[in-house]
Amino acid sequence: MPIAYFLVLSSLLFCIGVYGVLARQNAVLILLSIELMLNAVNINLLAFSAHLAEAGVPGQIFALFVIAVAAAEVGVGLAIVILIFRNRQNVDVDEMSLMKW
Amino acid sequence: MNADVVREVFFWGVGAIMVIAALRVVTTQNVVHAALYLVGTLMGAAALYVLLLAEFVAWAQVLIYVGAVVVLMLFGLMLTRAPIGKANYDNSQRPLAAVVAAVLFGVMSWILIDAFSGTELELAGENAPRTQDIGAVIFSSYVWPFEIVSVLLLAALIGAVMIARRDEPEADKEVGS
Repeated sequence: MPIAYFLVLSSLLFCIGVYGVLARQNAVLILLSIELMLNAVNINLLAFSAHLAEAGVPGQIFALFVIAVAAAEVGVGLAIVILIFRNRQNVDVDEMSLMKW
Repeated sequence: MNADVVREVFFWGVGAIMVIAALRVVTTQNVVHAALYLVGTLMGAAALYVLLLAEFVAWAQVLIYVGAVVVLMLFGLMLTRAPIGKANYDNSQRPLAAVVAAVLFGVMSWILIDAFSGTELELAGENAPRTQDIGAVIFSSYVWPFEIVSVLLLAALIGAVMIARRDEPEADKEVGS
């Protein structure tokens, strides 16, 4: 199978995530789009891991680390979103302009 | 039937499901449906990991992403009491965002196809790395990154609890009196 199939699919998913981050207004939906982007990166890592099989498994280990860091990011991100909701009664990022210069 | 043909059909089917689900994630106007469509994309990614001979990562993906992250997202959506089905969840930069994403996709896929056209993946499973190899390498060459990730997860756990917990003035009074 051509490796380009996997690379183009992952770049397509990454760009869909970019669109979601830029176009969404709800903070939780932005976090969902960030998950899409992280997942696209993982597909890329594993495609190259299969391509460079004689180098061992570092690609798979990097993918596992990305999954672990993404889980930590979601936990802290949702805690911040819940705190913002408690203080401001909504989670629209367009209205969070308090610290804007 | 030729195994390569089977792999190709599998790839196109799973890829189509993933792209449709991802598009629904970023366009649907129902936040709960967005989180559930994300499950489609994540399970498709796990299927592709199996195709790429990485079963352990595929199961980690199913357990952590589908089992934990999506559930956490659903809890986040419920706790922020997002008005389901009536508010507009997109902002005014939608056309610009679509242009940016399309241009980025064009540039990236052009570069990737230019650099890697003609490179074939060998997906026959005889000498594929096993889960045993992953464990051996994580606990020898990558033991420091592994420990740092452990500390990071602990810090994220405590940080999330500290950020999200409600301050109780009564408790402070009891300590003071």
